[in-house]
Parts: sequence; C-alpha cells; structure tokens
Amino acid sequence: MKMLEMKNIRKSFGDNEVLKNISFDVEKGEVLAIIGPSGSGKSTLLRSITQLETIDSGEIIICGDTLVSSTGYDGKAQYVSKKERAAISRHLGLVFQNFNLFPHFSVMRNITEAQRKVLGRSKEASEEIARKLLKKMGLENKENAYPCELSGGQQQRVSIARALALSPEILLFDEPTSALDPELTGEILKVIRELAEEKMTMIVVTHEMLFAEGVADKVIFMDKGYIIENGTPEEVFKNSENERTKAFLSNYNR
Amino acid sequence: MTAESQIEVLPPWCIKMTLQNILTQLGGGMLKTIILFFSTLIIALPLGLLVSFGRMSKLSIGKHFKPIKLITQIYISVMRGTPLMLQIMVVYFGPYYLFGIKISSAYQIYAAIIAFSINYAAYFAEIYRGGIESIPQGQYEAAKILGFSKSQTFFRIVFPQVMKRILPSITNEVITLVKDTSLAFVIAYAEMFTMAKRIAAKETSMIPFVAAGIFYYVFNLLVAIVMNRIEKKMAYYK
Ligand SMILES: Nc1ncnc2c1ncn2[C@@H]1O[C@H](COP(=O)(O)OP(=O)(O)OP(=O)(O)O)[C@@H](O)[C@H]1O
Ligand SMILES: [Mg+2]
Repeated sequence: MKMLEMKNIRKSFGDNEVLKNISFDVEKGEVLAIIGPSGSGKSTLLRSITQLETIDSGEIIICGDTLVSSTGYDGKAQYVSKKERAAISRHLGLVFQNFNLFPHFSVMRNITEAQRKVLGRSKEASEEIARKLLKKMGLENKENAYPCELSGGQQQRVSIARALALSPEILLFDEPTSALDPELTGEILKVIRELAEEKMTMIVVTHEMLFAEGVADKVIFMDKGYIIENGTPEEVFKNSENERTKAFLSNYNR
Repeated sequence: MTAESQIEVLPPWCIKMTLQNILTQLGGGMLKTIILFFSTLIIALPLGLLVSFGRMSKLSIGKHFKPIKLITQIYISVMRGTPLMLQIMVVYFGPYYLFGIKISSAYQIYAAIIAFSINYAAYFAEIYRGGIESIPQGQYEAAKILGFSKSQTFFRIVFPQVMKRILPSITNEVITLVKDTSLAFVIAYAEMFTMAKRIAAKETSMIPFVAAGIFYYVFNLLVAIVMNRIEKKMAYYK
C-alpha cells in the first residue's frame, strides 16, 4: 500500500528552482532515507510534504488522500480545501533538526498539549500515552523537566515522543541528529532504528550514511533539485555508476 | 532659630491642623493617581497588543500599500514623537476647540485616562512587536505540524513566551507611568502632584512636595517588588 505518492513536483523560490520534477513513492512500513549535498532541496521536499511550503506544480497523495494536484490546463498546483489539508496533515509527524520543543511547557505538557487541544483527548488518556512514549524513549523520569534542563539528545527524543503521541502514519525527520554532539547522535539513531523494526513508515533526511545504509529500505540521492538515485541502499551505496553519486559518497570516509 | 523655638512661636494646634489637612488633601490626590495608574494599565496593555497586531499586519492593497500597518505606524510615531503633556491637553481641550463642546471638570479624569492609555498603548505595542518577532519561526512550524489553530498557536505557545521576554521592558514602562501620572496636572486633574503643588503654594510649605516624593518612591518600590515577583514566577524555564 502506498503511503505517499509524489508526482512531478516542482518548486521555485523566485528564480531559483529548488525541486525539479521530483517523483517517488513510499510504501507502508518502509524507511526512506534522503541524502544529498547542502542546498540540494531535501528540506524543501519534506516541507512541501508537511505543508510548510507550497509547491508550484505536481501531485502529492498522502495515505490515499490527494493534497494537491495539477490537472488544470496551466499545470498549476491546486490544493484541496483548508479543512481537507488539516485532515491530511494529521497523517504526518515531523521531527526537526533543532527540536522546536515548546520551552515554556514541561516535557509532559509538550507531549499532551496537542493531544488534548487538537485531538480532544482527555488529560488522563493523553498523559497515559505520553508516559508510555517517554518510557519507550528512555525518559520515564523526565516528565516534569523543562526542555532547557535536558541534553540535546533528550530534547530530540521528547520531540519524537511529541510527534508519535498523535499517532501519525508517516513520520518525517529533517536531519534529526545534525544539531547534536556526535556522542548523542547514536541515541537518536537507535530510536529511529527501533521504530523501523516496528514497521513505522518513515522518511529521514540525513547525513549519517552508515545509518542510511543500515536502516533504510530505500535511499534517494538528491542533487541540485533532482533525484539522481532512487533505490535500495545496496544499489545506491555499492553499485552506483553515477559520477555525482560516487563523488558525493566519496566525501564520506566510510 | 531652632525647631523648638519655632514651635513656641506658633500655637501647637495650628501646626497639627495644617499637617493633618495637608495629609488628607494629599490622600485624595493619591487615590486619583492610583486610579489613573491602574486604568491606564488595564486599557493600554490589551490595546497595545491590538496595535502591535496592526503594526505587523500584512494586509495589503495592491503590491506595497499596507493600510493597517501604515495607520498604526503613524499612530505610534506621533504618540512617541510628541510630548505626553501636549497629548493630554489635546484630549482635554480638543472637544471644545474642534466641536465647541463645553468641557466640564468631570471630563478631567476621562481625558487623563484616554490620553495616558493611547500614549502607553503605543509604547507597549512596540514592546509586544519586538517580543513577538523574537519568537523563532520553528515554534510556529512545530505548532502547525501538531495541528494547533492560529489562535491556539498564538495564545498557548507564542504569547506566554513573549510575556516572559518583554517583562523587563514592561516594568520600565510601568515605573515611568507612575511618575508620568504627575503630568495630569496640566488639566488640573487633582492627582497627587497637582494637590501637592496647590497645598504647597497655599501653605508656603515644602512638606507636600516631600510627601509627594515619598509617595511616588514607595509606589515605584511596590511596582518593582511586584514585577520582580512575576519575573521570578516566570523563571522556571530559560
Ligand atoms: N524560504 C526560502 N526562500 C528562498 N530560498 C530558499 C528558502 N528555503 C530554501 N531556499 C533555497 O532552496 C535551496 C534548497 O534548500 P534546502 O534547505 O531544501 O536544501 P537542503 O538539501 O535541505 O540543504 P541542507 O543539507 O543544507 O539542509 C537552497 O538553495 C536554499 O537557498
Ligand atoms: Mg535541510
């Protein structure tokens, strides 16, 4: 079953075309890693899926629901109604590079607030869900702490818990370890690996090549707004014939 | 001449009466200052927030003309660029000069409150705007992804953080306000300073001014203590 379908996505900032005819699919339970040099459009791609950016043309279908299509004669992107967009965005969770936790809320409230105010869950139910997730993240004794009292790795795990609390069908990560000290990246990658074992559908933008190779089912290599490679880790990391892919990968001393 | 010998010259009941008189009359002024102070805060704090929204409005006609932003910008710059004393006079005497409406002294308090409120709202608006613009974009993005509505995002996530950030600037303004209330003397609103001046002239005594000075100082001391408490309460996170 297809969880995400991206068809001929184009997106420009002014004269700068950042996404050039991007197409790919993500299957249920699949982990897709997106790699590529800085400025290649990886974040813009994730932000287009999560509606933090709007695309210029193309089609995005999330869990079978069309978010945007370009069927008109002019090929311009046409988004569905505001209400439908909100409903579609409920299928998705996003984990940011710099966490973006709410600093004035405790860890517990960071995880329960949206459950209560957006999904309308009761205080008790949302706290129970939060506690389960915190336990899973190895943070069971931190529910009353404030984000500023936590390490970067702990903050990122809270932000993953916050996203998971809304039971998204696809979880997206934009360089979840890039803001962390090297010794803390492992704990985040471990969490993502565990989620992968539970067959959580995930899209992970990352510079961690070993992780991409080890955990992802599919790898997309992007460069200058194009998808250069889209295949299994083996195909992309071991057997690529493409010069740009090889040049990029050779920068990582693996 | 020593103080003791002065008392011998004046009959004791006279000094006693005068002091008591002075203090009762000042008491009335004190109450009016306090009324002006709190009324201004109650009106100007929310009004300032509204003005800051206008100041940040992106509503535009055509490509570059942003009417709401422009109007609030002019409002803020006039309020900050002209003396408050003048503004008080304009609000008080304006109705007479513009429309020929007869001014009664009952209007004094309203004129003072209106003038102070629109003046302080302009200052507060700029403080709010600075605070709102200092909140990282990521907070809005995280809120949007989690499904919070625009108003939930503002009131639950952005505004509480803004309050913490702007509290020191608000404290400064509030302390200035305590002292600024004395400007209401220009329309003879009988607040503390007006009364002190009146009594001082009548009694040829410095006591009213000393008492007024102590009053303003203590008032501000209380303001500082209260604001400090609030700041401490908000210090539970960085
Ligand atoms: N809001 C924006 N306005 C204008 N240009 C933008 C904006 N966001 C991104 N860009 C441009 O789009 C291009 C792609 O940026 P993007 O952030 O998607 O790259 P990236 O692959 O995520 O890079 P990195 O690995 O550094 O995060 C860059 O040239 C960037 O300058
Ligand atoms: Mg990026």
